[in-house]
Amino acid sequence: MFARGIKRKCFDGEEDIEGTLAGFKAIPSYNLKRQSLLDMSLIKLQLCHMLVEPNLCRSVLIANTARQIQEEMTQDGTWQVINAQNTGQASLDQLASSDILCRSTKEQSDGKLIPSYSSFSKDFEDIQSQDIISDLSTVTSVQASRNPQGNVWEMENSPENRGNFQKSLDQIFGTLENKNPNSVEDLFSDVDNSYYDLDTVLTGTMSNTKMGHCDVLESFSSQTTTNSNINELDHIVEILVES
Amino acid sequence: LGLCCAPSCYPVPLSSEAGGGERSWILVCWLLVSTQVTLLSMEEDIDTRKINNSFLRDHSYATEADIISTVEFNHTGELLATGDKGGRVVIFQREQESKNQLHRRGEYNVYSTFQSHEPEFDYLKSLEIEEKINKIRWLPQQNAAYFLLSTNDKTVKLWKVSERDKRPEGYNLKDEDGRLRDPATITTLRVPVLRPMDLMVEATPRRVFANAHTYHINSISVNSDYETYMSADDLRINLWNFEITNQSFNIVDIKPANMEELTEVITAAEFHPLHCNTFVYSSSKGTIRLCDMRASALCDRHTKFFEEPEDPSNRSFFSEIISSISDVKFSHSGRYIMTRDYLTVKVWDLNMENRPIETYQVHDYLRSKLCSLYENDCIFDKFECVWNGSDSVIMTGSYNNFFRMFDRNTKRDVTLEASRENSKPRAILKPRKVCVGGKRRKDEISVDSLDFSKKILHTAWHPSENIIAVAATNNLYIFQDKVN
Repeated sequence: MFARGIKRKCFDGEEDIEGTLAGFKAIPSYNLKRQSLLDMSLIKLQLCHMLVEPNLCRSVLIANTARQIQEEMTQDGTWQVINAQNTGQASLDQLASSDILCRSTKEQSDGKLIPSYSSFSKDFEDIQSQDIISDLSTVTSVQASRNPQGNVWEMENSPENRGNFQKSLDQIFGTLENKNPNSVEDLFSDVDNSYYDLDTVLTGTMSNTKMGHCDVLESFSSQTTTNSNINELDHIVEILVES
Repeated sequence: LGLCCAPSCYPVPLSSEAGGGERSWILVCWLLVSTQVTLLSMEEDIDTRKINNSFLRDHSYATEADIISTVEFNHTGELLATGDKGGRVVIFQREQESKNQLHRRGEYNVYSTFQSHEPEFDYLKSLEIEEKINKIRWLPQQNAAYFLLSTNDKTVKLWKVSERDKRPEGYNLKDEDGRLRDPATITTLRVPVLRPMDLMVEATPRRVFANAHTYHINSISVNSDYETYMSADDLRINLWNFEITNQSFNIVDIKPANMEELTEVITAAEFHPLHCNTFVYSSSKGTIRLCDMRASALCDRHTKFFEEPEDPSNRSFFSEIISSISDVKFSHSGRYIMTRDYLTVKVWDLNMENRPIETYQVHDYLRSKLCSLYENDCIFDKFECVWNGSDSVIMTGSYNNFFRMFDRNTKRDVTLEASRENSKPRAILKPRKVCVGGKRRKDEISVDSLDFSKKILHTAWHPSENIIAVAATNNLYIFQDKVN
């Protein structure tokens, strides 16, 4: 499953060796893995959001997992470290990007959130241009550069921003009830397969469902995306439809 | 194309190896549920067996709509119903035993096929409603006809399946072709006579229970009073009377006032087999609640709460996901409940709420792969579990077309595989073993070689005999225990 020589970037296999959770935290790579898991959860939730009728159980479980990671990071004070590098950010930008994660793609394509969405997709470009995959040690700095456009999870560690975090998760569930028409809904009539395909595409795993590399960040850079904001979403959709 | 029964003309050699359990299992039937054959059998009255023999099993005809999504024996085991992703129900009937053909015991042939649900579009929400059959539940037989409930995400339907082998002949007002006769030409009266005809099995929808679920229905369960049943979705459970389709009672509602506070959903629900006032429902947090409908109209307060304390040494970010219960089943006795979560099957005594009395590891070798399984979404697969007729053996599915049986008395377990390549008709199933590390023996398969696209989610056990039905994608396998 894992080729020789490639560093495992995931929790797999190490739990047996490391033992207790306390032992985990002493390992520097633990934070990276945790962050990667958080990112993966975030993407899965966002994908839930793009699809016509998300599986509620799956969404709840993913959101709970993400929340759990965030809480642990808060307790660790890890968020403090990240935010120390996150200077001069307009909180408005961060809130704007949290909106991205909570609105449907229809609203985005309607042009309501284009400014915000452009900041989110610029995110993608930043990652690509920095070519983080080859060097895991730059993850922290990548996070810092991503912060301007924001990851909704990376906010200042204050109760009010924790509230914002909760609020964005809430919005995800809120909109599950009041679904907006999705312009590409007819492409996603089969929810289950779409889930799998989207995750496969974005996480870079093989299409035959054999377990693959658990590295979210790598998959971002392996996509060939155009510069345009909306085109990126359409591109992902195109991949799906053709696959 | 083929609803094809394997030929069974040859005696089976005795096997010296009994495997993990006491009994050996042999493949009786392998049935491919295919769209094209279904169309044929609905349009023309063709002898099903002719279709079986003339069409070979051919995977190129299988479409995604043929993926089996539920399997259920009726109360006598005479009928076996499957539902698929395309909204069809196919009912198989057990071959009649005869003195000359003892070896045909346990074979099932197609009895009836019908389109239960069609894809729908919810215009208000701009959502497509899948026609996939989530569950089928049989009603106990009370007359010559068979009744079953089938449900997709939103609508439950009661179907009547009945046989017609006679038809009336000799009408006064119409001739044999059905054309109306000119009343002026009728000079005599006669009484129509019932004459035998070729057996026809027809399925008619008798009730449609719609518009009661905002979320996706995951379970239906017939009450032991045979007058009511419940349907459960992610957040609510409704109680229906079979006769009334425009009303249902909401008996459980866990929807928070603010959807943003949602952290737990209902995953499965079932009525007690004997006590018509009792039911259980499981949650995504690994808990089971037992409710008594006599206590109040809305059973939001449980009577019993079953939860196992978390094992701190096994804690990970995936702990909650793998604790989510995918299926809950009462034992036939009503004394126990069995729950399936991602890695284990647990048996609970209704009288003890703080932990299960038995825990069986289905595929613990996946515990170290949870991150990858989360990534490819396999961790969200919902496996079902079943009891045998005497509640002594439990069965559940796994990956690579493996399924597992656990004998509760002897504590022995066995892993078997449902696949064409490895199962010749009437051949004895060889127990399989997954190698977790170190040296792999010849017949073992390593964890990394498992095919995660081949998952056995749905299985069924005959109510009184050792005959099991295993659904693998669009294939239905029927196994029976070997009789000497």
